[in-house]
Amino acid sequence: MTVKSRLSAVALTSCLLAGPALAQSVNLYTTREPALLNPVIEAFTKDTGIKVNAVFLKDGLQERIKAEGANSPADVMLVVDVGEINAAADAGITQPVQSALVDKTVPAALRGPGNNWVTLTQRARIVIVSKERVKQDAITYEDLADPKWKGKFCIRAGQHPYNNAFLAAYLARNGAEKTEAYLKALKANTARKPGGGDRDVARDILSGQCDIALINTYYIGLMSKATNEQKGWYEAIKPLKTSFANGGTHVNVSAAAIARNAPNKDSAVKLIEYMLGEKAQTLYGDGNFEFPVNADVKESAAVKLLGAVTPDTTPLGDVAKNRKAASELVDKVGFDN
Amino acid sequence: MSLSAPDTLLRRSPFSWRPSTRLLWLAALAAGLVALPVLSLGFTALSREALAIWPHLAANVLPVALWNTLLLLAGVALLCGIVGVGSAWLVTQYEFPGRARLEWLLVLPLAIPTYITAYVYVEILGFQGPLQTAFRALTGYRSLRDYWFPDPRNLLGAILILGLVLYPYVYLSVRALFAMQSAALIESARTLGASRWPLFWRIGLPMARPALAAGLTLALLETLNDIGATEYLGVRSLTLSVYTTWLNRGSLPGAAQIACVMLLVVVGLIVAEARTRGARRFALPVKRPRPVGRIRLSGGQAFAAALACALPALLGALLPLGYLIGEFLRRGLIAQADAALLRALANTVAVSALAAALVVAVGLGVAAALRLGRESYLPALARLASLGYALPGTVLALGLLVPLAAFDNLVADASRALFGASPGLLLLGSGAALVIAYLVRFLSIAVAGVESGYARISPRIDDAARSLGASRREVLRRLHWPLARPAIAAAALLVFVDCMKELPATLLLRPLNFDTLATLVYGHAARGVFEDGALAALLIVLVGIYPAIMLVRAGERQPALPGAQPRQLDIRDPAE
Repeated sequence: MTVKSRLSAVALTSCLLAGPALAQSVNLYTTREPALLNPVIEAFTKDTGIKVNAVFLKDGLQERIKAEGANSPADVMLVVDVGEINAAADAGITQPVQSALVDKTVPAALRGPGNNWVTLTQRARIVIVSKERVKQDAITYEDLADPKWKGKFCIRAGQHPYNNAFLAAYLARNGAEKTEAYLKALKANTARKPGGGDRDVARDILSGQCDIALINTYYIGLMSKATNEQKGWYEAIKPLKTSFANGGTHVNVSAAAIARNAPNKDSAVKLIEYMLGEKAQTLYGDGNFEFPVNADVKESAAVKLLGAVTPDTTPLGDVAKNRKAASELVDKVGFDN
Repeated sequence: MSLSAPDTLLRRSPFSWRPSTRLLWLAALAAGLVALPVLSLGFTALSREALAIWPHLAANVLPVALWNTLLLLAGVALLCGIVGVGSAWLVTQYEFPGRARLEWLLVLPLAIPTYITAYVYVEILGFQGPLQTAFRALTGYRSLRDYWFPDPRNLLGAILILGLVLYPYVYLSVRALFAMQSAALIESARTLGASRWPLFWRIGLPMARPALAAGLTLALLETLNDIGATEYLGVRSLTLSVYTTWLNRGSLPGAAQIACVMLLVVVGLIVAEARTRGARRFALPVKRPRPVGRIRLSGGQAFAAALACALPALLGALLPLGYLIGEFLRRGLIAQADAALLRALANTVAVSALAAALVVAVGLGVAAALRLGRESYLPALARLASLGYALPGTVLALGLLVPLAAFDNLVADASRALFGASPGLLLLGSGAALVIAYLVRFLSIAVAGVESGYARISPRIDDAARSLGASRREVLRRLHWPLARPAIAAAALLVFVDCMKELPATLLLRPLNFDTLATLVYGHAARGVFEDGALAALLIVLVGIYPAIMLVRAGERQPALPGAQPRQLDIRDPAE
């Protein structure tokens, strides 16, 4: 039957396209975009001879590994949000990362319970303003609710994971009642409906649509490097030193974990250790202007651009726990409507 | 499609032939496959954890999401209906400069994924886009504080953009009907002196009803399960709520509940359409249909007709396409044409072609069973087999993930026990899972397409063949296949284009080291540098254009019967 023979043909084709399996390989499931990872992966293969097979999954990484079960080829998972990596650990699809190097390099607060996940880099969420129209250098997240920003504040959707984690941190610090009031005040200040991406807020500052906005730090770095019109967005904005009142800056992580049924566990540990080394931390961190977790990397591109950031002390576990409640508050006040 | 199931029922031959059991099994299998994710959705939605979430969803999420979605659907329906039917009427009834070219240009928006069009319009209309830049240069304004400019990032923008991309579904099905079925009727009306508008309102539009319904169903289902464009444009639709409920609250059950509400919306639409259509039946000519003679327009009228047809093609396809080409050249993206891109191109074409062949084969089986069978459960089965298109891609993929992985694990464990070696995950590891997902998702397109082909074949032909002693197999092979072949080819092309554009299920179910053009584009877009994906996006469009043009041709090509030459008529418009 032709359908059957074609099916096997595609199976064969895709096997061929997947390339011959090297003796040593490691399978990577990642929610991180391939273009950010490729330089590190190539360096890893070059230095260790271990081939990396990758699949970029936006959503559903956890569901896929869970469903694949005992025969899952997944070795390492790489995600960009503390809530997500925590959920993976909670779902029982990870195993402890056993490595003296990891313990030495990554502070305990930046590792999951039982070493079930490990932070690779940190990313801060800060306030930017119009260089032209706003004259101040520092701000607290609480200040964003000040009515003086009425009609001037831009932000992406409140339900986006970046804002969700930020609001979860706010909630962990201030409780539900204050967070709800905060959301209402923020909503009242918006210049436009919450939406678009993080870079769009910079563009909207350039266009004059807004004066003040919330953005992840690495977007600032990427725009500074841009050779197209985004350079103009970068030039229109000024990053502010941002913190919670009586606290630090909201920081999220990019993190790695080893899958519970990893068929190539040794290689998995090697990959994670490699990503924590100075070379990879510079490649990986600087490629996306994130803050390296390895303290030996002093001159990171992110620090050069924005200065050192003091992370808020709210435990990442508490942030992860409050995500659901934060998301419900966003619905309740109709933030994205 | 499921919509026309009742008609098929009425048209069934009086002769009692039963389709082979093999055909019935195929239909049942297809329906079962589609039912898998739907059932797993239902189970998830009713879990204990889920019931605790429902009050929050009902109070805070659903009212807004439902209202937004209904407005979106209504707007897109209106736009697709007007543009699709209007342009189809013009290109089939009138002769004007550029008509032949516009006839296929009008299909092109179909080749462009909605998320790409949305990105492009935000750029074009954006502050640094060509329009605002020119406007500022002309007026001397400096920033958006000085002037107002239309922003596509809202519900109205989403309606316009989705309408511009999706109207070809309506255009294709209505055009086929206008072009072929109506010649006798329309020409009689013309002879009787009916002038232009009454002809359209009283003959054309009512006649187009079933085709309009079929085309609109596809367009609206695509709108309903769209995530890329609606999210980017900031519309809080039901599909977006499914995502946030799943991802932010880690609540798959809550997401499943919203998806169930979506299914109810779909069922509501289908029932409403069936109700209003009622028992009306549409006459089918026994004689082979022939194309209608076109009326030559001249002067201002010709110009107006050409403009009305050029505008949707221009806004829906040529402008986004031109923008992509511009970005490609301006950013020197030719450097991206590497081995990885070529692999993605090969993967995309291979998987889409394979899926299209499989989908149409199964769709043919389901439609044939429906046509030939008398079993009372068949229409319901066909409807069930069409439900996959109503689910958001991710929900469908999540629903398939569990049964497919379970099957893979069973095979892997058994093979390890028997042979001491495991082939790994057979379906999820090979890309076969993708083909299955496309089958489930796009089966309704194939069933609808084949059924519309069948609708052109009068059951009386079946009866005649039967009374002349033809066997069931012979009727299928010698009558149905050649007569319905253009419709079947059209369905295959449509499915191919849709598979190429498919993103959410592809992302979730593809194996290691396997990218398609759509996932490459997405990889760039997810980093906020959509422009870098312009080359991959351009390839999707370019590979999709050829099938889109073929779609028009497939609608024209008629089975070769002796003495059947399309007539060229040059009738003066009675209105003139």
